[in-house]
Amino acid sequence: MKNQKAIVETRSLAIGYRSSGTERTIASHLDLQLRPGSLVCLLGSNGAGKSTLMRTLSGLQPALTGEITIDNRPLDDLKPAELAQKLSLVLTDRIDAGNLTAREVVALGRTPYTGWLGTLTKDDHSQIAHSIEQTGITPLLDRHMHQLSDGERQKVMLARALAQDTPLILLDEPTAHLDLPNRVEMMRLLHTLARGMHKAILLSTHELDLALQTADELWLMHPDGKILAGLPEDLVLSGAFEATFARNGFSFDRTTGTFIIHQPADNAQICLEGAAKPLFWIKRALQREGLGISAHRDAPCLIKVFEAENGFEAEISFQNKQVKVSSVQALIGQMHVFFPSPHIRV
Amino acid sequence: MTQHTPNRRWTLLFLGILAIALFCLDIMLGSVAIPFKEVFRIVTTGESENRAWLFIIEKIRLPKAITAILAGCGLSVSGLQMQTLFRNPLAGPSELGITAGAGLGVAAVMLAGGSSASMYAISQLGISGSWLIIGMASLGSAGVLALILLIAGRIRDNVILLIVGVMIGTITLSIVSIWQYFSQPEQLQEYIMWTFGSLGGVTGYHLYVLSGVVTGGLLLAFASSKSLNALLLGENYARSMGLTVGRTRLLIMLSTSLLTGSITAFCGPIGFVGIAIPHITRSLLGTSNHRVLIPATCLTGTVLLLLCDIIAQLPGSQTVIPINVVTSLLGAPVVIWIIVRRNNLRSSFS
Repeated sequence: MKNQKAIVETRSLAIGYRSSGTERTIASHLDLQLRPGSLVCLLGSNGAGKSTLMRTLSGLQPALTGEITIDNRPLDDLKPAELAQKLSLVLTDRIDAGNLTAREVVALGRTPYTGWLGTLTKDDHSQIAHSIEQTGITPLLDRHMHQLSDGERQKVMLARALAQDTPLILLDEPTAHLDLPNRVEMMRLLHTLARGMHKAILLSTHELDLALQTADELWLMHPDGKILAGLPEDLVLSGAFEATFARNGFSFDRTTGTFIIHQPADNAQICLEGAAKPLFWIKRALQREGLGISAHRDAPCLIKVFEAENGFEAEISFQNKQVKVSSVQALIGQMHVFFPSPHIRV
Repeated sequence: MTQHTPNRRWTLLFLGILAIALFCLDIMLGSVAIPFKEVFRIVTTGESENRAWLFIIEKIRLPKAITAILAGCGLSVSGLQMQTLFRNPLAGPSELGITAGAGLGVAAVMLAGGSSASMYAISQLGISGSWLIIGMASLGSAGVLALILLIAGRIRDNVILLIVGVMIGTITLSIVSIWQYFSQPEQLQEYIMWTFGSLGGVTGYHLYVLSGVVTGGLLLAFASSKSLNALLLGENYARSMGLTVGRTRLLIMLSTSLLTGSITAFCGPIGFVGIAIPHITRSLLGTSNHRVLIPATCLTGTVLLLLCDIIAQLPGSQTVIPINVVTSLLGAPVVIWIIVRRNNLRSSFS
């Protein structure tokens, strides 16, 4: 896939704002490439300039210097109608179309192809039907936009972008305002679309976890105006991912790919062993309670975990005492007995 | 296609029949009672034994009814376009000072032109005079609209924009007031009569001119229905779907100025119609699709203005009250009722 020709290419691009003679550069020297069939996530902390980059790439805002080419043609040379057949957008903008049905909104995606009155041809109708099927919004079609939930509305807007039938789709924070199941579903849908319909999809997001799992490529935007592009795994292993989101107070665990909220305890007194699934969750609970976990079997406390029918069973050995528990709550309670404060930091 | 379609078709059909019925009623009713058979004969054959009746129907009632239709269509469609363009449920020709701009244009002709340019004198001027007034009124409304669009580009807040519109309208009216203060009483009388609004002053050549300009404006509006639909999703989405927003704005501005300017020039400032009819229509049809809305708005506008005209002549009496008063008296409660009952504003603009 890497060898494929890029649909979007930037050469020493600088983005930012220019107003009344003064320039404010947000990022510069950007040489980025976007290939068909790949899902790219643009990550960066708030104010890093994700939206500015999205707006510049979509032609809503002029670049300061450098060049953007879409399908080998400079972005500036493309007429609005031509650009609309190459690039479609899903934005966070408020929509004043509450009285339009979902079907009418999806049909609006055909705007670049229809005549002056916007009459839909047979081809338009089949494109609309296809994008409705891809996004699975058939049950919503006859409902008005103001009757839809945020997640449903976002899917309708994505269907509209698909109906526009462009090789490139840009989405500005498509998962914002969505709950977790909807976020996961949206990312999975975008991943499927990139692979199945061979589209180049670029989206900005704050969902680091989801981006690490679904993206074919990450663009990490540093606050100092640089962008690092690469496979998610490479960026994690090289430490670039960590550096982008470096903050005091929490750190990134390269082993698990998650951010560590709880500082590791300095007193490692518990050793865990046994079945992997319950082990993972027990470990989390212990970390939350500030109980250090040791890798050595000769730690004062040994917990053996077995999988059981209704979850798990754990055998705690501490100073010749043996206790059996079958819930995390009971286990933590027992730990509080064995290790009264100051070992437990609340 | 959608579950609303059969419903929508019946509504449109009903509006159409109502419009025709009201048109007939408007011609039949008036201060002089003319038998129904005679009215029918005059309209279909153009002949009658009673020359006075023939004159009343052909020269007064028919032109007035046609003017009512033109004003109803023109004002409501220009209101619809402005509500979409500004993404503001409270936008309308009179609310944003566009009508006041047209009034300034008319005042410029009537008051500055000296006594010879009074409405009476202008009606003697024939075609060139009516073009002068239409031109000035359209120019006045286009000027105000351009100013508001310029400010709208900088201010995204709808409420602030509306306040700015009202202020510009006030400034425009103040300029007219200063002008009035230094004018002769007889000129003033003409102008004040004009501000009451009247559908009866448009006859002969003027009617042709007005029909031509309004038809042009309506066609322009219908031609931009695709762009207006795209604008419903906001300017960024519209641009991403290939719309040249600048050109679209210009076209909508041209259409709105022509419609508001020409109608205001001939009929005086008719309030409420521009803001209310689009809401009533959206509420009746439950859609924001302009390809349906523009023709439907024309129908609703026609029905409402004909109804207002019938009420204005107080059937059976000799008096006629100004059309402006009737549209406001009848229309404002209708708007309140619809907003409260259907919660229409929120669904269309959220």
